[in-house]
Amino acid sequence: MNPILRFTKISKSFFGVKVLREVSFDVPMGRTVGIVGENGAGKSTLMNILGGNLAPDTGAMAFEGRPYAPSAPGDAARAGIGFVHQELNLFPNLSIAENLFLNRFPRRSRWWPVVDRRRMLDGARELLKEVRLPHSPDTPVERLSAGERQLVEVAKALGSNARLIILDEPTTSLTAFEAARLFDIMARLRQRDIALLYISHNLGDVRRLCDEIVILRDGAVVGQGTPDALAVERLIALMVGREIAGLYPPRPGRPGEQVILEVSGVSQPGVLRSAHFELRAGEILGVSGLMGAGRSELARILFGLDPCAAGTVRLDGRSLSGLSPRERIALGLAFLTEDRRGDGLSTEGTIADNLTSVVLPRLVRGPLGWLDARRSREGVKRLREAVGLTPTAADAQAVKTLSGGNQQKVVLAKWLWNEPKVFILDEPTRGIDVGAKYEIYRLIGELAARGAGVLVISSEVEELIGICDRILVMRRGEIRDCVERGEFDRERILKSALHGEAVP
Amino acid sequence: MAPLAPGFATLGNLQTLLAYLLPLLVAAVGLTLVLVIGGMDLSVTSTIALASVVGGKVMSAEDGWLAGSPWAVPVGVLGMLATGAVLGAMNGVAVAVCRIPAFIATLTSMMFLSGLAIWITLSRKIGGLPPSFLVLGQNLWMAAAIAGVAAGVAHLALSRTVYGRWLYAVGQNARAAWVSGVPVVWVTFGTYVASGVFAALSAVLFTAVLETGNPEMARDNLLDVIGAVVIGGTSLFGGKGSVAGTFFGVVFLALVDNSLNLLGLTYYTILMVKGGVILGAALVDSARNRFAGGAG
Repeated sequence: MNPILRFTKISKSFFGVKVLREVSFDVPMGRTVGIVGENGAGKSTLMNILGGNLAPDTGAMAFEGRPYAPSAPGDAARAGIGFVHQELNLFPNLSIAENLFLNRFPRRSRWWPVVDRRRMLDGARELLKEVRLPHSPDTPVERLSAGERQLVEVAKALGSNARLIILDEPTTSLTAFEAARLFDIMARLRQRDIALLYISHNLGDVRRLCDEIVILRDGAVVGQGTPDALAVERLIALMVGREIAGLYPPRPGRPGEQVILEVSGVSQPGVLRSAHFELRAGEILGVSGLMGAGRSELARILFGLDPCAAGTVRLDGRSLSGLSPRERIALGLAFLTEDRRGDGLSTEGTIADNLTSVVLPRLVRGPLGWLDARRSREGVKRLREAVGLTPTAADAQAVKTLSGGNQQKVVLAKWLWNEPKVFILDEPTRGIDVGAKYEIYRLIGELAARGAGVLVISSEVEELIGICDRILVMRRGEIRDCVERGEFDRERILKSALHGEAVP
Repeated sequence: MAPLAPGFATLGNLQTLLAYLLPLLVAAVGLTLVLVIGGMDLSVTSTIALASVVGGKVMSAEDGWLAGSPWAVPVGVLGMLATGAVLGAMNGVAVAVCRIPAFIATLTSMMFLSGLAIWITLSRKIGGLPPSFLVLGQNLWMAAAIAGVAAGVAHLALSRTVYGRWLYAVGQNARAAWVSGVPVVWVTFGTYVASGVFAALSAVLFTAVLETGNPEMARDNLLDVIGAVVIGGTSLFGGKGSVAGTFFGVVFLALVDNSLNLLGLTYYTILMVKGGVILGAALVDSARNRFAGGAG
């Protein structure tokens, strides 16, 4: 079978650093090819070259048998290549239809440059049916969930008659339910002979969905084969270049008996209904559920970022009612937020700035607010070692230059200085690669072993099963189930999370 | 360029240069703090005007409230600084508590304060300021010492204290700062108060130099203040900037202004050149951002 896309010896360097080394592989017509690799392995650079954002230093591409050398993003779309991006490229203030037709609004006539709204809406309706999105094309995109937006992106690619669609980490911001719907659509696309390039950190998904898997490491193709030939362990070994014992590190220590966080009857209309639970010292408690089930809202209320109408939260027996996040931090609460770039880090700031942001008032010498530079430097050094941050980055380097995994380590580390008693982690491993995930799991285990209570919110049930002592399942703002380690059962958790919801 | 202009290296010209540079420096240092938290203060120059009028109203020997009293000068100066603090606090409440965008909040206070200053004085300048106050304008070394101390304090606060770190944190990402326990509302409020106080201190120097309480004082200098801060490398997007940078920006702009004056160019030509210089600085800043972003 002829390949629809062929990469031949693509190489690319930035400032003398080789990020791609003679990458060659084919995407067969109508097949799904998965690309896996750690962050920094060169996946994004390769996709940027394919999309016309970057030009390769050497090497060539061929699309549908013809040489393909895009010089601008528009060239890719014209050639028949569609992109569904990790960070969505939709305009939230415009309607679905306007987003779908943004680069090709139908005109009334050649001489009358007014948008033919009827033709646009009809076309949009057609495309939405294709991806099974039951919304009016007039709906503003900002009202859609992350998963629905993803489908609009797919529809957009279909609308420009793409024969090859690149899905770059499409499931990072989706719930299990939404991901299932996306996979369903992908299967339909394959039936229509559309080739797919699927990039993901979720190796299970990649193995399930793809006909062939290409593994990149340090900018080179280090393996290629069918899912049958590449078990998850083998994939990981190829990606990281060494054997990892398993996906989850062994757990040091056991949970204690002492209740450290006591949540009773916490409610907020429309968000959370009467949440009750206890967190023990040294315990890792998971929170599972669909997006919008109230998981992140619960975390934000516990930390004092959002208001709460009723109920009490006690930390070490002390009520937290009416306290600001600042006061809660002082009492030993820590919070790794879901949105790393939005409110977890200041990405423009340096590593040192971010690591000291929580404990600044404690680095003060004298009444004038003078900072103790030496203590700050030593603390930063200690924290970097504690989380195993990449040693190549300088303290004064901006956080935005780090990989996702290292950025997440910075967020974790900045709270460690305070020795938190309760650490709330919302999606701690979102968008980071396997090796870094393992590190984060290890750090979570260490936190618990030192006696902190850890609350982990995650959309990945496997992850919770892998690291938690107990899992709460939320649905529509209520805690519906609580499963102890030993009775962990993926089916039961999913069922509790989904019960009563429309199943695709 | 500057030293080449005829008559640059004379004592008289140095006086002229400092008389323009010192008030500008103090106001620009205050604005630097505001820009670092990602804010904006367009009311700097109208705060200067109103503070100047208040000073005149208190100290003037002609019809001042404390005319002739030995307390006139200290009360007058403190009154001016307090005026700045109050006006800054109003901006601070509008921005930090009411969450009005800084541009709009300070634009409206600029309009209101300019109007108020002219209304209070019926558009007249207030003369007859006490000689012990005017010394400040005649002995520019004293003025330079005051401006230097003010800038030095701001520099140390910004670079060496927890408050300075908080300003950068708020400017880089206010939401992340809030989650990390930075008192974002207080920091924002305090910064606008500081900006008001610096503007008032600038008014003290300006008033002493011009020897009148003037409701239209510094009316044409808003561009200079903002321009000097931006030339000094402080980002309009927040999170970046330094008092040292602002110092060099002010010196640069003052030298350009002074030499063009000496070359006998008209006011309008000077405005055009200064506009071009500030545009150049903004271009350099955005190019630097793009380069740094491209490598990441």
